[in-house]
Amino acid sequence: MNSQNKARLPEITQHYKPPFNLRRFIRTNSAQLGILGVFVTLWIIFIVSAPKTFLAPHIYSAFMASTPFFAIMAIPLTIVVIAKEIDLSFPSIMAMGMVSFNYTYGATTFIHNTTIQVFLAIVAALVTGAIIGWLNGFIIVKFGIPSLVVTIGTQFLWSGADLVLTQGANFSLEYIKQTFFYNLFVGTIGPYFPMQMFWLIVVTILGWILLNRHRFGAHVYLIGDNINSAELMGINTGRVRIQAFMLVGVVSAFAGILASFYVAYFWPNVGGGYLLQTLASVFLGGTSVFGGTGTILGTFLGAFIIGAIEAATVAVGLTGFWTNFIYGLIIVLSVIMHTYLRKRGE
Amino acid sequence: MEEYRLELKHVSKSFGEVQALENINFHLGQNEVVGLLGDNGAGKSTLIKIITGYHQPTSGEIYFNGKKVDHLTVPKARELGLETVYQERALAELQTLWRNIFLGRELTTWMGFLDIQRMRDETYRLMTESMGFTSRAVNPDSLVGKYSGGEKQGVAIVRALFFNADIVVLDEPTMGLSLKESAKLISFVNGIKQAGKSAIFIDHNILHVYNVADRVVVIDRGRVAGEFQTKNIGLNELMDKMVRVAETGRLS
Repeated sequence: MNSQNKARLPEITQHYKPPFNLRRFIRTNSAQLGILGVFVTLWIIFIVSAPKTFLAPHIYSAFMASTPFFAIMAIPLTIVVIAKEIDLSFPSIMAMGMVSFNYTYGATTFIHNTTIQVFLAIVAALVTGAIIGWLNGFIIVKFGIPSLVVTIGTQFLWSGADLVLTQGANFSLEYIKQTFFYNLFVGTIGPYFPMQMFWLIVVTILGWILLNRHRFGAHVYLIGDNINSAELMGINTGRVRIQAFMLVGVVSAFAGILASFYVAYFWPNVGGGYLLQTLASVFLGGTSVFGGTGTILGTFLGAFIIGAIEAATVAVGLTGFWTNFIYGLIIVLSVIMHTYLRKRGE
Repeated sequence: MEEYRLELKHVSKSFGEVQALENINFHLGQNEVVGLLGDNGAGKSTLIKIITGYHQPTSGEIYFNGKKVDHLTVPKARELGLETVYQERALAELQTLWRNIFLGRELTTWMGFLDIQRMRDETYRLMTESMGFTSRAVNPDSLVGKYSGGEKQGVAIVRALFFNADIVVLDEPTMGLSLKESAKLISFVNGIKQAGKSAIFIDHNILHVYNVADRVVVIDRGRVAGEFQTKNIGLNELMDKMVRVAETGRLS
């Protein structure tokens, strides 16, 4: 159909190339510039109040080691939120992916090759994530139940299934260190750069391309903006939303692998504690809960703000008790800023 | 005999208990503008949404250029050369103009990757050549939500034109427009006729419909109550008949 449309068109004689306009640039990118401002401001505050910590590379290495575990899930979650949906079940998908991992590893011992076993186990985990994501999307689309309600339910369901299947057992995954997957996923490049940071960057770039340079992303924005218009113009809104939930599923399972590999240990509640940090990254990054607007870059910066606060609170000389208070303060102020910027942009 | 561009035979549609359309027979000739008239809730919008593939009829048959089309969907109807300007405009207001023009039919290079430069170029050309937009606020990268009612309607119409439709369906296009904008719209519908295409025109304003349509079809309570060639009936007579239909459900 597309080639037909194109064939009907006359040749383009005049390209649309508007001159660069700083004002327009600021207006169209206000959300990203806003969160960038918050990011830089906080950074300066940290450096000024704890120069010894924040001018040394170790702290950044630590941030890059711990932040990707939830930041990587915030990327596809941003896509879901732009489509005016939400997913609260990703922590349980992290765990269920690892349950599949363990079962597959255990069931393939006859191969007698740890690398192949681990490879199959990784594939099984990612497929499990995709299936659970698909199921979330399917229930939401086919029965027309709000995703908030469905994914609260599936979060309980899969974290429950996780406990039933593992009987709460936790155990070492020392064997993964014999395979190259260990270094590939959670090793380091040079002394300071963790591989999970590399994977976060890969997922971020892929997410950005999908959202901004692909038809899928165009449809995600349209669905979140006005689902009725999208349907009238022939977009398969159900399929696009199910695909978005599948992305969250696959990436969450991958995050589960990263987090478990990092400590070479399996514990059944591997996803616990990531729920609010991941959601906060998305909303801190300027993605609107009303759908239709949001950026991948904003989420990326939001995740590192969230990831830095805990360490920074202690480094600047406050006790750990302050952490949540400062989290809350920054999140609330940033969300107010985003709402203000959006209103001004309209 | 010349075949019809579009024909509906014995089309009925019910939503659960509610019978929205009952045994509708309707046709649209080559190079003909048909006006649909009827009170609120008469079934005009349901009929339009069946023609555009948004709703599937409960029973009945749809023909495009004499060929029966089973299970018509929105993409299928568009492929068959039907474009719609919806009453609700069907715009995405937080998105840019170029995204709205190509809504649901993005130009792509390979594997679904967007050809953004091409879409912006085409949008720019449409704006300057077809829409006659002069306001500086309207450019391919501006957000449609900031436009005036007339500008939004212009976007919806130009979108329909861009893909070279054989049949243009206009559902309440003058709603919320100023007098000047309405006049522009009427001349646009006349332009469709002159270009050799067909149109279905729905409006509350009998005067508008009377001025542009070759034929008027009156819908009442989900049925076709009657139809007239506009050259055979005076405006006052048509108005009297419309009032009578609304009161009694019958034309005479």
